[in-house]
Amino acid sequence: MTGAQILIESLKREGVTVMFGYPGGSVLPIFDKLYDADIKFILTRHEQGAAHAADGYARATGKAGVCLATSGPGATNLVTGIANAYMDSIPLIAITGQVKTFLIGNDAFQEADVTGITRPITKHNYLVKDANELARVIREAFYIATSGRPGPVVIDVPVDVQQQDVEFIWPETVEIKSYKPTLFGHPGQIKKCVKLITAAKKPLIYAGGGIITSGAHQELKEFAEKIHAPVTTTLMGLGGFPETHELSLRMLGMHGTAFANHAIMEADLIIAVGARFDDRVTGRLDAFAPHAKVIHIDVDPSSISKNVKVNIPIVGDAKNVLGQILEEIKKAPDTSAWLETIDSWKKKYPLTYKEAGKIKPQYVIEQIYELTKGEALITTEVGQNQMWACQWYKYTHPRTFISSGGLGTMGFGFPAAMGAKLGCPERVVFDIAGDGSIQMNIQELATCVCNKINVKVAILNNGYLGMVRQWQELFYKKRYSHTCISGPDFVKLAESYGAAGIRATKKEEVRPAIEKALAIDNTVLIDFHIEPEENVYPMVPAGEAINRMIGGMA
Amino acid sequence: MKHTISVLVENKFGVLARVAGLFSARGYNISSLAVSETLDAGVSYMTLVVEARDEDVLEQIKKQLNKLIDVLTVTDFTKKEHVDRELILVKLKSPGIKEKEKLEKLLRKYVAKIVQHKNDTAIIEAVAEQAQIKELLEALEPFGVKELVRTGRVAMAY
Repeated sequence: MTGAQILIESLKREGVTVMFGYPGGSVLPIFDKLYDADIKFILTRHEQGAAHAADGYARATGKAGVCLATSGPGATNLVTGIANAYMDSIPLIAITGQVKTFLIGNDAFQEADVTGITRPITKHNYLVKDANELARVIREAFYIATSGRPGPVVIDVPVDVQQQDVEFIWPETVEIKSYKPTLFGHPGQIKKCVKLITAAKKPLIYAGGGIITSGAHQELKEFAEKIHAPVTTTLMGLGGFPETHELSLRMLGMHGTAFANHAIMEADLIIAVGARFDDRVTGRLDAFAPHAKVIHIDVDPSSISKNVKVNIPIVGDAKNVLGQILEEIKKAPDTSAWLETIDSWKKKYPLTYKEAGKIKPQYVIEQIYELTKGEALITTEVGQNQMWACQWYKYTHPRTFISSGGLGTMGFGFPAAMGAKLGCPERVVFDIAGDGSIQMNIQELATCVCNKINVKVAILNNGYLGMVRQWQELFYKKRYSHTCISGPDFVKLAESYGAAGIRATKKEEVRPAIEKALAIDNTVLIDFHIEPEENVYPMVPAGEAINRMIGGMA
Repeated sequence: MKHTISVLVENKFGVLARVAGLFSARGYNISSLAVSETLDAGVSYMTLVVEARDEDVLEQIKKQLNKLIDVLTVTDFTKKEHVDRELILVKLKSPGIKEKEKLEKLLRKYVAKIVQHKNDTAIIEAVAEQAQIKELLEALEPFGVKELVRTGRVAMAY
């Protein structure tokens, strides 16, 4: 078999049914084999779209997403998507073509040192110089990408390796002696953790993306109900605990709910599960959770005690460790007074916004929530649109909120929606976008229409790069330096691609626009002209303690 | 504070870049780095001397190193019984007769030797642990040091 055949065969054996990418000179042998392979190949209109789509597919399905690009510019165009997957621990396999082995290092046409470029943004990467290694490398790559703390793996394959004829040997097992993730918590640590929980008066569960990754949502619910502890989630953890549950405090952090942030400051025990104490969550570190002991459960030991000192570290997979704790716990702490305090905060500081003349973005998202009965799969771009999508849609199932958390990549949501829809064709997929972000990967409209990928895009169009403008308003004396941004006529643009376009400029038009979009069996852009200078509140200014919130307080 | 760490790694393409890249990407300082093959040709041994302002940073360095797929084991010598050595080569202006006696006495004390002596230059070799190297270098100062090359520290646990 040729290297290209081995590559395709290995992908099939890894269960790959869909992949995203773009052809070019250094991947011609692979594309030739793809021509009659039974893998659905989605030709995007930019390699960045392919990387984000594969990422969105992975987030929606839990399987590894696969993208493919040629050497040089093809590969460098994947880089943002790879970094994005790395920051959010998403299993992504990026296959790149490379110039012929004897030309490597020669500044050959379309050559870039891809393993060098992607080294700090991948969990691991490979340059395959011999087709005999290809099957093993692909097997290892999928194992590394999907196990432990998942992450992207790049496989760089020179074009002569794709052409090389060798025997195909599929390794039945993967054995990497230097890579053995710890999946179960240490029994001694579990015992200590249970002791702390039983003695706590104001416990708080702080759950992150690890809940989604490990599929621990059921265990988390059982755990919270068993110990009567409220649960706040990070942006990455949204959907890991039903936000309609009475113990839910929804999202915490810079734009989190006031009640979640107050709870952090008052708690006497924080149980962090699959979360990493990101600066957008903690605010000023030395003021974070001043009264709390901290239990930290994470599959990645380097996440533990990185930012916040931890009393009881437990290295292991969230689902396993929560299961171990549930088995060990006999007595629940009495948290009734704590839950009462929290209820009073919930009543006193609900999320709120003021109705006014123009369309309010919060209202748009509330209507999307109602009309999709909370069952849609939501993706977002980055900025105000993303924060409003966090606040005003209630997530009740894992893998229904897909957003660029760590890297904060504008232009992520639309291609990610595309990938998510291919992974979950039965679900309604809505990208909540801004007029700035959507213009970053708008070319994927062609991909959607051409492949009949029926996603809906709600553009919250305020004519600004809204979140940057908000910071300029609050911290730079309203000097709106280069944040006023123009765009095309989105309705005409959608139509020119063969998609449907709808515009709403008044509040009364919001619901009908969404209803119409849901009824159309096509990709739909809805251009909502929203209040231009609406801000996201509450907000914790950067570097402040997380209970020092401004705005949006009743 | 400086700490000596050893790292056993798979002897694979790019592994040195992974380790070095980790330090630059995360803003850690390497004072010295020595790499070589081991008895097992598939495995390389690195000795790193790193600067860490506190225990937490040192912990992070070790954890991040362990996280690299090609890293087999990480050993921190800070609280471990071990032997460490460094080899230095020092180029001196050729000493006069009178100075030569003084120099030879000094070299005997540090088990160092002149490995080459040509025209007006002498190259001295010494192998010792850190404190002695430091002392020797100070003592050599008056003889007119023209050039200095150090291998960086290597260390081995008991």
